[in-house]
Amino acid sequence: MRLTVWTYEGPPHVGAMRIATAMEGVHYVLHAPQGDTYADLLFTMIERRAKRPPVTYTTFQARDLGSDTAALFKTAVEDAYARFQPTAMIVGASCTGELIQDDPGGLARALNLPIPVIPLDLPSYQRKENWGASETFYQLVRTLAGSSAPSGSKPPRRPEGLPARCNILGPSALGFRHRDDVEEITRLLGRLGIVVNVVAPLGATAADLARLSEADFNVVLYPEIAATTAKWLERTFGQPATKTIPIGVGATRDFISEVAALAGVDPAPLLAGDETRLPWYSRSVDSTYLTGKRVFIFGDATHAIAAARIAAQELGFEVVGLGTYAREFAREVREAAKLYDIEALITDDYLEVEARVAELRPELVLGTQMERHIAKRLGIGCAVISAPVHVQDFPARYSPQMGFEGANVIFDSWVHPLMMGLEEHLLAMFRDDPEFHDGATPSHLGTTTELEQVPAPATVQTEKAAVLWSSEAEKEVGKIPFFVRGKARRNTERFAADTGVALITVETLYDAKAHFGR
Amino acid sequence: MSDTLTMQKPDAISGCGDLPVLRERGQREVFCGLTGIVWLHRKIQDAFFLIVGSRTCAHLMQSAAGVMIFAEPRFATAIIEERDLAGLADAHDELDRIVAQLLDRRPDIKLLFLVGSCPSEVIKLDLSRAASRLSRTYSPSVRILNYSGSGIETTFTQGEDACLAALVPSLPASPQGCPASLLVVGALPEVVEDQFSRIFDDLGIDVRFFPPRHAAELPPVGPNTRMLLAQPFLAETARLIEDRGATLLVAPFPFGVDGTTAWLQVAATAFGVDPLAFRRATEPGRERARRALQRYRCQLWGKKIFFFPDSQLEIPLARFLSRELSMELVEVGTPYLHRQHLKAELALLPAGTLISEGQDVDRQLDRCRAAKPDIVVCGLGLANPLEAEGMTTKWSIELVFSPIHGYDQAGDLAELFVRPLSRRARLVA
Repeated sequence: MRLTVWTYEGPPHVGAMRIATAMEGVHYVLHAPQGDTYADLLFTMIERRAKRPPVTYTTFQARDLGSDTAALFKTAVEDAYARFQPTAMIVGASCTGELIQDDPGGLARALNLPIPVIPLDLPSYQRKENWGASETFYQLVRTLAGSSAPSGSKPPRRPEGLPARCNILGPSALGFRHRDDVEEITRLLGRLGIVVNVVAPLGATAADLARLSEADFNVVLYPEIAATTAKWLERTFGQPATKTIPIGVGATRDFISEVAALAGVDPAPLLAGDETRLPWYSRSVDSTYLTGKRVFIFGDATHAIAAARIAAQELGFEVVGLGTYAREFAREVREAAKLYDIEALITDDYLEVEARVAELRPELVLGTQMERHIAKRLGIGCAVISAPVHVQDFPARYSPQMGFEGANVIFDSWVHPLMMGLEEHLLAMFRDDPEFHDGATPSHLGTTTELEQVPAPATVQTEKAAVLWSSEAEKEVGKIPFFVRGKARRNTERFAADTGVALITVETLYDAKAHFGR
Repeated sequence: MSDTLTMQKPDAISGCGDLPVLRERGQREVFCGLTGIVWLHRKIQDAFFLIVGSRTCAHLMQSAAGVMIFAEPRFATAIIEERDLAGLADAHDELDRIVAQLLDRRPDIKLLFLVGSCPSEVIKLDLSRAASRLSRTYSPSVRILNYSGSGIETTFTQGEDACLAALVPSLPASPQGCPASLLVVGALPEVVEDQFSRIFDDLGIDVRFFPPRHAAELPPVGPNTRMLLAQPFLAETARLIEDRGATLLVAPFPFGVDGTTAWLQVAATAFGVDPLAFRRATEPGRERARRALQRYRCQLWGKKIFFFPDSQLEIPLARFLSRELSMELVEVGTPYLHRQHLKAELALLPAGTLISEGQDVDRQLDRCRAAKPDIVVCGLGLANPLEAEGMTTKWSIELVFSPIHGYDQAGDLAELFVRPLSRRARLVA
């Protein structure tokens, strides 16, 4: 057993849901109790998807355990097929379903549905979300792409004169900026004259997966999800895969060179262009103040490693901490950490990460939503660079991390939490003035102390209006959440003044509440 | 109404008084009882909830708690791993180790709940044995109890029932022959509890609340205890308190003006409070609540509402919305229907109201789409998809997390239903 307060990754079946939800026409029947349906809200609330995830849960109960949970599973598969008419189905069990050993794969096979039904074996007590997503994608591709060409045979090389074709692999539901990364990279590839054959799993159908072998090579954007699949495609169809993750200016340029070589095109015209503002913004004098800012980086391996490179080489920060919660990629992150003479932090224990941040006292934290909370508590600026995500990581605007526009977005979002150059300078000059002191945060950032002070004008009003508060009423108003307390206080005083009440009692407080409504 | 009924097999319908009850046993789209920890750990301020479960349980807790990431919350999960499953013998040693680690880190904890989950139930990990063993080790500084919040046994708010039921044996016995006292059962926000306290003081009724704010403040219980439920989902807790000799006062639940008055009236009658004194004590609150509701009446009047099953609050809320705000009830779904505790509520529903118990979510969605209600009360997994289909929704979880009981929250409760409607009106106007 392991004591866990917060987790970076969900269970592996949530990874499978991320693949099913990303695709079109794929349905997932999950042998699971009712509580597991919470996972739907990850997609409908956090990602704001307008459709329910394509998942049917059997929601077996204790009373079913003594009878026939296997029959329940078969009925769920039949009903889901009849209702949703998917073109492919994945079946499996959640952690509890795994324990009752009903063999979802065998049960589904016995139904002889006229569509591919892919059984998933996701060991819930050993593995986690990203592994589950990777395994699900791999099983889907193996089944659906494998049938399109006999294993081991290579597709015919593309005739001379036709543009090179590639697949983009890895983007999924609930991914950090996947939606916009795909758009940015597709555009970049287009400018190199490379045609995108299939993007998967995001937006792909079962038929699309069957066409994967038609591409010349694969672009792997998120190795956590697509590395296993890409390796299999390489073995089976001889499709090479990209290794560079195009996050940051340097990495994007490397990526352009890599895909150009794979596609046999000339990268020079694209590389010669002045495509991103990051290098100039970073050189402009205001950015002098970014020099040597101590930064702590934590996230999935792909984003953490990329962030460290940008921080050190493109923004002139000092990387004081680098780590990941993804043990599968510990080796890569340890290698990267050596570049900055630091020891990588490989852990999925949130409290350990918090302790390390507190100990290192960085000036900026680049992390996940978890590190955002750590940084907030410790009063350190923070930008989110990786999943786990929250609703604000799905911005309405176009906001990729990859490619040249991604570099622009990164410059803005990482520098924003820091003190602006001139402002820091002025603060240093006027350090001893009452308005400026060491505890002051940048003026463009709200602080909790300011929020707490909101009711202050009311006190002044109280003195003017000479309305008194009884101690009970004072206590009662203290129970109101601080962010509406000021308004409640002002409304009550206005009500008391209007109705000629001299002493505000608990009754007055609620009379006023009834009078003004919310 | 007849359309929705004919879609179901007739044998699935049975009566409850003159109310048709549709029983469904398909896919449920409801939280499990673990979710109750989100509000219970804030209510009992020195209690810690240790879930013995899987990564899924831990993930559920942080997803359900949403953005509320506290520095170090008073709940955590002991995640069962492969090696625990291999040999059950050491699962208890593992649990001992984790509890030691936890209590060492959190010396402020006075009450520790070991909370069972689906996996711990299925592998039959005996948490009651673990709790009594650990209690011997840590007594008297920490009391260790256990209950199950598993989704195979509990639905959402039933987790609170299971938790409180586990606490009942620890309640001290009230002294023989002491005067009758009132016990209000069910977790209430402090501000609401204080409001009710003041009213009961005015009525001259000696009142205690359960659960208490601190583990050491457990209310006594005995034959002189009159029990009033503040929440409609406390079947097991009420049964155990009755077994301790208490008398259950069956009343409508304190939502809205009439519900609150009826709830208080049942207590007042049981304690022989003079009717004039009752009127004096409740009139100001009633009057305020009436005024507060007046504001929202025309906005909700005649609007059709559809409840998906979630918290078991559905029937009392439907009663409030239909009787006090003239809303039209299309379907009132509840995960579980406790006929005795809800007797007074059911009697107040309009004749012919369709109640559904249990769930088959896809069929219920079909009924909902066909009925085209003006507002749908549903869980977080369904809300955005229904909004995208053009329906107006209210997240049911907000009804559990917000103070909605009593006179001074009646307006707030109505406003929770008004807001989505007025928002939609603004956005399309």
